[in-house]
Amino acid sequence: MSEIVTIVDYDSGNIRSVEKAIQKLGRDTLVTDSPKDILAAKAVIFPGQGASESAMLNLNKKHLVEPLIEVIRKGVPFFGVCLGLQLLLETSQEGLTPCLGVAKGETVLLPPGVKRPHMGWNRVVIKQDHPVFEGIESGSYFYFVHSYYADPDDDNLVYGVTDYGVNFCSVIALDNLIATQFHPEKSGTLGVKLYENFLKYMVDRN
Amino acid sequence: MLTKRLIPCLDVSGGRVIKGVKFLSHKDAGDPVEMAAFYDSEGADELVFYDITASAEGRDIMLDVVAKTAEQLFIPLTVGGGLRSVDDMKKMLKAGADKVSINTAAVQNPNLIKDGAEAFGSQCIVLGMDVKRVSGDNSASWQIFTHTGRDGGVARGLDAIEWAEQAVALGAGEIVVNSIDADGTRDGYDVELVRRISESVNVPVVASGGAGTLEHMYQVVSEGMADAVLAASIFHFGTHTIGEAKRYLSDRGVSVRLT
Repeated sequence: MSEIVTIVDYDSGNIRSVEKAIQKLGRDTLVTDSPKDILAAKAVIFPGQGASESAMLNLNKKHLVEPLIEVIRKGVPFFGVCLGLQLLLETSQEGLTPCLGVAKGETVLLPPGVKRPHMGWNRVVIKQDHPVFEGIESGSYFYFVHSYYADPDDDNLVYGVTDYGVNFCSVIALDNLIATQFHPEKSGTLGVKLYENFLKYMVDRN
Repeated sequence: MLTKRLIPCLDVSGGRVIKGVKFLSHKDAGDPVEMAAFYDSEGADELVFYDITASAEGRDIMLDVVAKTAEQLFIPLTVGGGLRSVDDMKKMLKAGADKVSINTAAVQNPNLIKDGAEAFGSQCIVLGMDVKRVSGDNSASWQIFTHTGRDGGVARGLDAIEWAEQAVALGAGEIVVNSIDADGTRDGYDVELVRRISESVNVPVVASGGAGTLEHMYQVVSEGMADAVLAASIFHFGTHTIGEAKRYLSDRGVSVRLT
């Protein structure tokens, strides 16, 4: 029996397309802002768009910070998207509220000299092999929309990088967690493939 | 390297694509969902639906079209046309649009940009502007026009470059520059206008209006420094496919996503 995929809804951007992508892959989804649902989840997708400060304030208000940290600690398969990658670090230059702190490091502003947001299709160069990359070549294009990027202290967490004024971390992985700065659900067939691999290799085999 | 985007724009009214897509005899060229899927398969980087109905009933039909498209399509979708409030934007985004485009309503009430950006993030808020070149005593300038449907539109006494800067300061995350002079001529984009705006603001600039040849697209992304091109008839009428356009640009050293 395939597990229901829990999608965290904390009023931070359009999650409908994430849900549709997962449903297209034949999975049931639960879109929720309930701490209890998240603690009981067998697979979590943590999307997010917009400003990290308001996102963290929403997560605090909805009492979701501890449950999110807990499911990651327990090793529940976890997929962070965009802001859902940035918020995994300790702090963000975009706001004062501490982030989840699952990985050491800070989220920082893209450098001067490039347009912000970084909006459109850019290459992801694979730095370390990972099951989610099955059938996806290094240098493939994915869709980005962001002005800040995650800068983890530990280079071993960096699985993919992208060049935009700076060679920044666009994919991190840690145990049963994977997170991308780009939006798989907006990246055509390759993006859907990434979710498919997540379900196949990280959720079903867990 | 970030690629230049090619964005087909579909005019939708009453749930149908109008200004039909002529080359697709084997498809229902009037069905926005089918057309969106077709352009996705052709390698479009994003899509724009422009809602040209004004009625409340038409608006509900549009929400349904957006929802059905978002169900099938996994590339970004922008919806514009007739959005006048944060609530209008919210409905479109909830239906599945990734970005909303505002034009006249933002000229009438610039705070709509700010309110939208605060509610949904700058990355959701696209400012469309209709611009006409106006000759002055010493030099030409570019002025904002609204209600451009008939009689050439209404001059707003607003300089296009200043308006672009103001809109970005208010929170617009992208600007679509539509040249009224070039629109529909197929004689090429207003390259100078696009470059001036692209140099003035630090957000992506999308060129619109005037594409007749692939060379026009090349000019506006190279000389014009456009981050993306919006085009309708060149694709709809089958003059060129998106794949052809991308190969043309790629052969000239422009970074594009080849699929």
